[in-house]
Amino acid sequence: MRSTTTPTLPAHSALNPLIMLDDVHRAYGQPPVLAVAGVTLRIMPGELVAIVGPSGSGKSTLLNLIGTLDRPTAGIARIDGLDVDDLPDRTLSALRAYRIGFVFQQFHLADGVTALDNVADGLLYAGVPRAERRRQAAVALDRVGLGGRLGHRSNQLSGGERQRVAIARAVVGDPPLLLADEPTGNLDTASGTSIVELLHELNTQGTTVVVITHDTELAGRLPRQIALRDGRVTRDSTGSGTAGALAGSSRAET
Amino acid sequence: MLRLGTSGLRSRPTRAVLSALGIAIGIAAMIAVVGISSSSQARLNAQLEQLGTNLLTVQAGESLMGQEPELPPDALGKVRRVEGIATATSTATLQESVYRSSLSDPDATGGITTLVADQNLLGVVSGQVGSGVWLNSATETFPAVVLGSVAAERLGVVAPGTQIWLGGTGFTVVGILDPVPLAPELDAAALIGTEIAIDLFDFTGSPTTIYERSADEAVETVRDLLPPTIAPEAPHEVTVSRPSDALAARTAANDAFTGLLLGLGSIALLVGGIGVANTMIISVLERRREIGLRRSLGATRRHILVQFLTEALLLSALGGVFGSALGTAATGIMAGINGWPFALPPVAVVVAVTATLLIGAIAGLYPAVRAARTPPTAALSS
Repeated sequence: MRSTTTPTLPAHSALNPLIMLDDVHRAYGQPPVLAVAGVTLRIMPGELVAIVGPSGSGKSTLLNLIGTLDRPTAGIARIDGLDVDDLPDRTLSALRAYRIGFVFQQFHLADGVTALDNVADGLLYAGVPRAERRRQAAVALDRVGLGGRLGHRSNQLSGGERQRVAIARAVVGDPPLLLADEPTGNLDTASGTSIVELLHELNTQGTTVVVITHDTELAGRLPRQIALRDGRVTRDSTGSGTAGALAGSSRAET
Repeated sequence: MLRLGTSGLRSRPTRAVLSALGIAIGIAAMIAVVGISSSSQARLNAQLEQLGTNLLTVQAGESLMGQEPELPPDALGKVRRVEGIATATSTATLQESVYRSSLSDPDATGGITTLVADQNLLGVVSGQVGSGVWLNSATETFPAVVLGSVAAERLGVVAPGTQIWLGGTGFTVVGILDPVPLAPELDAAALIGTEIAIDLFDFTGSPTTIYERSADEAVETVRDLLPPTIAPEAPHEVTVSRPSDALAARTAANDAFTGLLLGLGSIALLVGGIGVANTMIISVLERRREIGLRRSLGATRRHILVQFLTEALLLSALGGVFGSALGTAATGIMAGINGWPFALPPVAVVVAVTATLLIGAIAGLYPAVRAARTPPTAALSS
C-alpha cells in the first residue's frame, strides 16, 4: 500500500502531487475581496485537468497561483514539491523557467519575429545558448505540427497556428507542467478542437496539463474537471476534490 | 543581452530614433562648440607660431601735463642698445590727412593716419605686401606711399600706380599691404619714407611707436627695461604692449561665448535625457504584458531590470554616437569654411559618449525598476 505521505519517496516522485493547494486564499484590494476563497486540491503528475467556471469565478487567479506568478494571501501552495510562500523571486523564476510552461488566450507572440525565434524565447531564461535554443525550438515546432512554418513571422500565421507556436514555446524546455489559460478562447471551433487534441497528445507524452476554460463542452472532453464558482471549488469530477478532501492520495491508489 | 536590449528598440524604430534625437542634438551642440572653439584656437596658435609672440610695441603714454605724446628722437637708437633685442623699428605719426584726390571733401579724412615708416618695418611686424612693392631706398625719397589694407579700401585704391592726395601733395601708391595681425594700426595707415617726410613735412625724427623683437625668453626682461631706457626721467610715460596678448585676449572673449553655448548644449542634453526617461516609462506601461510573459517564461526581476536598463543605455548611446558624428561634421564644416585647421580633442568625444551613457543609466533606472516591479500576473490580465 503506497501513499503520498511515505517519507522514503523522493520529492519529485510520480506519486507525489505536482500541484498541492491547501485552503488557499487570495485577496485583492482594500477592503479585501477574495478572488480565491479556500481552495484545496491535488493534481498528480500525468493528469489532464480542466478548471472550469464562469468569468469572475477566480479561475485565472487560481492559474496564477498554480503558475507561481502570484502568492496566496493565506493557505499553502506547493508546486513541484516547493512551497511557493517560502521562496525568493529567483527560485520561483527558475521554477517557471524549467518546470512550468504557460499558454495564454492572447498567444503573446512577438510580431515580426519568426515562429522559430518566438519558440526559442521559451528557453531564454533557462540558460540555453542561442544556437541550442533554436535547435530545440525547431523540434518543438515539429512536435506541434508546424515543422514547415519555422520561418513564418507570427503575423503571417492563422490564429490556430499562432496558438500552436505559443504551445511549442511553452513545451520547448519539456516542462512537467503545462498551464493553459483559455487556449481556445480566441479561436474558431475547428482550430479550437485541434488545439485540444494537441493538448491531449502532449499529455499522453507525459506532460501534466491544466487547462482553464469557461467552456464546459471543452472541459467535458478532458478526463478531470474542477468547477469553480466565487473562488471555491464546487465540483471535482474525481469526486474527492472538494474542500478538505485528499484528492491526491485517492487518485494515487487507482 | 544586447540582442534582448535591442528587441524593444527594433520593434519601435521611429520612437527610438525620435527619443535618441534629443540626446543627439545636445551632444552635437556640445561637440560642435568644443570643436569649433578648439579649431579657432588652433588657428590662432598657428598664427602666433608664424607671427611670433616676441614682438613688443612701445608708445608714448599720456604725460602728466597732457602734452602731445612723443618719444624722444633718439629713442630708437636707445632701444637698439638694450640687451636681448634682435631688431627694432619705428613709425611716426604725421598730422597730415590723406584723400583720394585734391578735389575730395577736406573733412572726409577717412580716419587714415599718415605714418613715417622705417624700411625694416615690415620685417619686424611680420607684414606682407599684397600687391606692388614695399618702400626702398629710392622710393623713400620720392612722394611714394604704401597703403594698409583698410586704408586702400577706404580710398578705393585697388592697384598700385594710383595717385592719391597726401598732405597737399600728390603721392603715388607703390604697394598695398595685407592685413597685419600684430600691428592692426598699420591697416588704416598710409606709409611714407623718412626722407620725403623730412623734405615735405618737416619731420623731426621723433618716433610715435617703436616695434622691437627679442628672443622669446628675454621678452619679459626687455619689457621692464624699455621705459627707463627710453625716458629715464619719466619711465611711466612710456607704454609697452605685447600685440600677441591682444590676439589671445580676443580668443579669451570668445571662450566666454563658448561657455554659454556649452551651457545651452548641456540643457539640450538634459532635455534629451528626460526624453529617454519618458520614452522608457511609456514603454514600460505599454509592455506590461511582455514583461508578464517574460516573467512566466522564467525571467527574474533582475532580468527585467537589466533588459530595460540596457534598452535605455542603448537608446542614449545611440543618441551619443549620432550626436558626436553630427558635432564632428559641424566642426569640420566650420573649419573648412573658415580655413582653420580641424582640431577636435578626442577626449571631448569620449567624455560626450560617456556622459550619454551616464544619462541613459540615470534616465533608465526608474523605468527599469518599475518594469521589474510589474507583477508577473500582468500577462494574464487582459
